[in-house]
Amino acid sequence: MTEILLQIDGKEVRAREGMTLLEIAQSEGISIPKLCHHEKLIPFGGCRLCIVEVESGSSKKLVVSCVYPGEENLVVRTRSEKIDRIRKTLLELLLAHAPNSPELQDLMQEYGADKNRFEKEASFCIHCGLCVRYCAEVKKLNAVGFVDRGINKEICFIPEIACAECHKCMECFPLCPTSWLQAVFVLTEGLAFSTNSSVTQSKE
Amino acid sequence: MIRLNTTEELEELRQEILSRRDPEKPCISICAGAGCLASGAGEVIAAFRSEIEKHTLTVVVDIKGTGCPGFCERGPVVVIYPEEICYLQVTPKDVPEIVSKTIIEKQVLDRLVYVDATTGEKAIHEYDIPFYKNQVRNVICNNIKIDSKSIDDYLAIGGYSALAKVLSGMTGKEVTEEVKKSGLRGRGGAGFPTGKKWEGSRNDPEKTKYVIVNADEGDPGAFMDRALLEGNPHSILEGLIIGGYAIGANEGFVYVRQEYPLAVVNINLAVIQAEKYGLLGKNILGSGFDFIVKVHQGAGAFVCGESTALMTALEGKAGEPRPKYVRSNIKGLWNKPSVLNNVETWANVPIIINKGADWFTQIGTESSKGTKIFSLVGKITNTGLVEIPMGTTLKDIISKIGGGIPGGKKFKAVQTGGPSGGCIPEEQLDLEVGFEELTRAGSMMGSGGMIVMDEDTCMVDVARYFINFLTDESCGKCLPCREGLRQMNKILTNITEGKGKEGDIELLEVLSETAVEASLCALGKSAPNPFLSTLRYFRDEYEAHIREKRCPALYCKELIRYYIDAEKCSGCMICLKKCPVGAINGEKKKIHIIDQEKCTNCGTCFEVCPARFGAVKKISGEPLPSPVPEEERIITR
Repeated sequence: MTEILLQIDGKEVRAREGMTLLEIAQSEGISIPKLCHHEKLIPFGGCRLCIVEVESGSSKKLVVSCVYPGEENLVVRTRSEKIDRIRKTLLELLLAHAPNSPELQDLMQEYGADKNRFEKEASFCIHCGLCVRYCAEVKKLNAVGFVDRGINKEICFIPEIACAECHKCMECFPLCPTSWLQAVFVLTEGLAFSTNSSVTQSKE
Repeated sequence: MIRLNTTEELEELRQEILSRRDPEKPCISICAGAGCLASGAGEVIAAFRSEIEKHTLTVVVDIKGTGCPGFCERGPVVVIYPEEICYLQVTPKDVPEIVSKTIIEKQVLDRLVYVDATTGEKAIHEYDIPFYKNQVRNVICNNIKIDSKSIDDYLAIGGYSALAKVLSGMTGKEVTEEVKKSGLRGRGGAGFPTGKKWEGSRNDPEKTKYVIVNADEGDPGAFMDRALLEGNPHSILEGLIIGGYAIGANEGFVYVRQEYPLAVVNINLAVIQAEKYGLLGKNILGSGFDFIVKVHQGAGAFVCGESTALMTALEGKAGEPRPKYVRSNIKGLWNKPSVLNNVETWANVPIIINKGADWFTQIGTESSKGTKIFSLVGKITNTGLVEIPMGTTLKDIISKIGGGIPGGKKFKAVQTGGPSGGCIPEEQLDLEVGFEELTRAGSMMGSGGMIVMDEDTCMVDVARYFINFLTDESCGKCLPCREGLRQMNKILTNITEGKGKEGDIELLEVLSETAVEASLCALGKSAPNPFLSTLRYFRDEYEAHIREKRCPALYCKELIRYYIDAEKCSGCMICLKKCPVGAINGEKKKIHIIDQEKCTNCGTCFEVCPARFGAVKKISGEPLPSPVPEEERIITR
């Protein structure tokens, strides 16, 4: 495996070719905020919080570090006025949905985000897709999926699969940055699984 | 149908088709594109068939349903050959007279030919009509010459000769070089050099490669790809096969939106016809080159016009874009090198191969070569498809071809580039159309939508309309587009409803920066353009809405009021009777008064008040005059 040399926040860093900027930064103990990333999952690039600035030759651009592959001689900056401003706005957009999420509140402090900047939206899911992707990629079960598109997209448990599988797994619960997933599951359970004896028995 | 095994056999077939045809034989060709069909072309075709039969002329007169010639404003369009007499807005009622007078007696029916609204001059032939005369129709020109469902018609006008030329004497590298030399750039939006894209895929060592037609044309008001795909599907297929040969792909896809049913039918038919002649399949024309094409229907997502989302959808997954840090011509469909080009780009390929890159580069500007088809719509006299050389000024397109703004209204702006394009104001009308030129003006080429707006258009509402469209169409994968646009849509809606507040413009700017810099795909990155470009040129309109609660264009319903001018009202009762909510008080010969409590601002009174009175007034941001006292309402004048 070829080794590459690049610079992150002024620090010379060696990495394997093919590693993403986020992986390289993490291996060097440089922290980059992220919500939709999970080391066991294929990089998604949805939350965009891990945005960084890269400079190569004369070109400078903003890229998302969880999907951008490291390159030889690349100069990476993980913080700047512009990066912080974008992260702050992104957090404020999320806080309109999940103002009480502990994970978001920590980041809110760090970036000085205002949780009341945007009108509140009564949907707590922030579409990070961790539960959906974890269930599909790691557990290979597809018990939870996305339905609809865009701002109407929601997570949804597939009753036929969920009633057979979820009660013995629940590994997706701690992944959820807003705890909303658990509520959806409990709701689905209440509505759809009540007649299913296996779930009822396992609870007893 | 016979299978053609060599390029010579293709030529023999072409000669045989031509020998069966008499160029002097009368032919009635009727536009059977979606626009004309909607205005009744289907009935016109049926009427011609029965009329021709009635006169027992079936053997001596041909009837043809052709592709869209572009002059949709005046459809159904009928052209009669060999004289090339062009009749506009033909109805089934006109058909008997056309047959008896024009076909039999060879007379021109004056009432059906084009009459210039300003000069009163008549134009009998299509090429004399100013709408066509000022265009350069290299790509769309064949639409009118062929029956879009007939491969023989396409062969008769030289179809598949570019493919024969390529297969019999050019290497894939030479074809790629020729396209590169032509300077052709993608007609779908980004304007990436086509030859360079091909070269990247061609040089990749991977064995399996793909070529794809992007026919997921979703911009509101844009229909150039539809016209080409419906009207001349073989030209796109020919371009695609040549592209496949050039880069070394043996499989191609046509991703066409299901909302284009006629295009879906015609391209599927074209594929079957080409397969039967052996122009698709194994060992095409004996060259050893194998190539197949699959047609895939989109399921109605605007975002699937974005290349990576389209490829994800082709793979059978939900159509969401993916990061493009490695270009799709290297890692595209199923991670294989994939060349995806727009319909119009593919349609240019056979022309470049036939006429040569040197010919092509003579047309256009330094950095934008060839012609571009635009769909000219909105507040314009001649709605339709126009094809012009790059470098033509916006002014020429709007006034010379488009015939200017109807109803004596004043031009305000032209929106180019689709929903995420921008609005260009009057002072920039001398701008020459080209990729860089439009981008510099804060807009973009996009796929070629061109929406003309007059003085009655509110630019804040235009921004709201497009941002609302894009909010709806956002796939939702990435945050800045999904949530950012949702908030922008809310703020813009508030402004148009008189609920705007100080700081809104700045907040919209922050959200725009976030979407431009941080979105995953080009849809999100360009989505704030409608806001940014209207703010750049029409900031005063935003400020008037926010600070004075005034809509300068008198368009935003929540910000306008109607009243009746006491001096002008003649007490005719028309508005009173038409008001749907009974908000107008008055009687015959008595000044009418609008009850502002009941009025819903629908504007009916404004529209129905006879022009000679012009008594209903629309105002915004200013106080209503107090109504005339009851005792003074009797009209004595």
